Amino acid sequence: MYQYTDEQRESMKKVEATRQERFGKALARMSAEEKEQVLASFHPDYITSAYEELKVGPNKGGKVLHELADLLQGRSRVLDMEIDLTKPDYDVDVLVIGGGGAGSSAAIEAHERGANVMIVTKLRLGDANTAMAEGGIQAADKPNDSPAQHYLDAFGGGHFKNKPELLYKLVTKAPEAILWLNKLGVMFDKEEDGTMVTTHGGGTSRKRMHACRDYSGSEIMRTLRDEVFNRGITVVDFTSAIELIKDTEGKAAGAVLMNMETKEILVAKAKTVIIATGGAGRLHYQGFPTSNHYGATADGLVLGYRAGAKLLYPETLQYHPTGAAEPTQIYGALVTEKVRSLGAQLVNKDGEAFMNPLETRDVTASSIIRECKERGKGIKTTDGEGVWLDTPLIEMIGGEGTIEKRIPAMLRMFGKYGIDIRKEPILVYPTLHYQNGGLDISADGMTSIENLYVAGEAVGGIHGTNRLMGNSLLDIIVFGRNAGQSAGEKYKSVEVQELTLSHVQAFENELKEAGIQSDMPSPRLLPDYRRQAN
Amino acid sequence: MEKMVNVFLFGKRYQVPESLTIMKAMEYAGYQLVRGCGCRNGFCGACATIYRIHGQQELKTCLACQTKVEEGMYVATLPFFPLVKQVYDIEKIKPTQQIMMQLYPEIYSCIGCNACTKSCTQELNVMQYIAYAQRGEYEKCAEESFDCVMCGVCSSRCPAGISHPQVAVLARRLTGKYLAPESQHLINRVNEIDAGDCEAAIEAIMQKPLEEIKELYNHRDIEK
Repeated sequence: MYQYTDEQRESMKKVEATRQERFGKALARMSAEEKEQVLASFHPDYITSAYEELKVGPNKGGKVLHELADLLQGRSRVLDMEIDLTKPDYDVDVLVIGGGGAGSSAAIEAHERGANVMIVTKLRLGDANTAMAEGGIQAADKPNDSPAQHYLDAFGGGHFKNKPELLYKLVTKAPEAILWLNKLGVMFDKEEDGTMVTTHGGGTSRKRMHACRDYSGSEIMRTLRDEVFNRGITVVDFTSAIELIKDTEGKAAGAVLMNMETKEILVAKAKTVIIATGGAGRLHYQGFPTSNHYGATADGLVLGYRAGAKLLYPETLQYHPTGAAEPTQIYGALVTEKVRSLGAQLVNKDGEAFMNPLETRDVTASSIIRECKERGKGIKTTDGEGVWLDTPLIEMIGGEGTIEKRIPAMLRMFGKYGIDIRKEPILVYPTLHYQNGGLDISADGMTSIENLYVAGEAVGGIHGTNRLMGNSLLDIIVFGRNAGQSAGEKYKSVEVQELTLSHVQAFENELKEAGIQSDMPSPRLLPDYRRQAN
Repeated sequence: MEKMVNVFLFGKRYQVPESLTIMKAMEYAGYQLVRGCGCRNGFCGACATIYRIHGQQELKTCLACQTKVEEGMYVATLPFFPLVKQVYDIEKIKPTQQIMMQLYPEIYSCIGCNACTKSCTQELNVMQYIAYAQRGEYEKCAEESFDCVMCGVCSSRCPAGISHPQVAVLARRLTGKYLAPESQHLINRVNEIDAGDCEAAIEAIMQKPLEEIKELYNHRDIEK
């Protein structure tokens, strides 16, 4: 059971003392200038010393975080191997790399079009950030809402940097994505008459957040996984893609695979390839904890980059405002934004609600960091510091039982450590949550490399430089299906030429010319949390 | 210096800090995990674990990422369990009682021992949701099983060989697709978009100069 420190207990009393007064009080939103100021001063993306310039590749001269640069300019795992590309172990129409929501959606749609599809995933099918998405999925399907309104919210939230054609697709395909999921059997929260229960997320101007309690991603993932199995789609699990294969015309034509347990090397030949490898939280940029899945190590970005695909906004990350700050066992774990959607306020050491809790994620995270670092109003924790998220307010607003009904996973997560979030506030601090940037695609999902598609978190540009809550679950479905539909048609006209890995050697030569000799195996595949010898 | 406890990973003793979860204890001891590790946050069910505290009779089950180590804990992980998943076409099946009989007839062999419920890492009433499935009460089965992470521990303890998580998925999909009420506003909006009724409003925004879009964004009305 978690034992609060004396300081934490004293501070919690102040939170309790001011709760009645804060209840029902409207908290002012920040002006555009105030937001810009807090971002520039406190958002981790603005810490220039954390970045370095890329020396080679399509983004040469651009800046990325050190941890990503090390991998983009690392040493390919195939360089020291003898690989016979003439006898592929697999020969398919569509190769999907990654077994999360985007990969599964892509596989289902390509299969629907008659393609021979194979999913390769380094852990199990469904081991992905998708399954961890708690809060919900956006779609403008209510009478007072519209795709145009959704567009405006996401464009502003993304600091007007979103690629317009991708955002257009995201918002106009959103209702169809929800309907598609519903028809597959996903259980959305609904009223008795079928009306979707929808709430706000940070930065939304309409209540368009659809949810399946706070197991939204889990419910979506287990349904998609079940459908993949029902269709008999080949799933090669515990196997990573360690390099893309091209053909002699420079088109994507497969991947070199590695069994994660036996290290056996396999060759997959494919007419089209879809990268759906997800995010990068497990690279722990700038030392942040992460809410991400164990396998979130940016593998797809590395593979695509070495093959010549450009990255868009790789320098922008999303730090979710509310990672768990205590107890230490769940440090960095996601506390869904839905907790704030339902009415919980962010409160400092002295019991003051210091901001409107539904500003966009980057603004909220920056404000929490400011509250701690500049104003000294944070509360010390085992691993650093944090602020209070006043969850008991939810029951005051929504009535007794709201927490159990709407956010049961949160109740359970803290309950395991003896913390009853219905009665006590919780301590939170920003956690590394999402990779806003990724591989650059056109509206059909293809990169600049022919027959190479990308879907999901590995894509850059959909969300500009800051994603809104509920637009990621949406994006994996919309762009997963989109890539599957595109590849599921494209393969029919593809004739693969002789396979080659010459681009890997060419990249290595470029590295040498730039004076970079790295021995860091790339891609990373998994983090290493073993205790380092003292 | 943090207090250390003795844990026995697959029978071998290691000394680890008492604040660690079982998963982190394995890593502290030197394991580079591939199996039995997924989301590390209690959502994916990859790290199903069985343990017994030295000197105690009871066999306990948990998720390794969500459970603290204890002194004298004997740990065996269950990274895979052979659940049976039956294949079906969601478009063709119907939410009748017969469908469970056809696909998962073994649920009718339940002997009521309640080992599934006792072992559930999510503290769900597993035997109850199987009972609902037996009776074709899929909405209740879906409701009762909703927080299932499919770790498979229940099935590992079942003398009747039932694959509870797979039964629950079927019940939820039947509920979501056939039994829950349709969302008319959603269908309407999809139709409007398909008819091209929503394009003009977005294109009008897209064509504006950036300064005007910013103005529009900063002064948009926000639903209460």
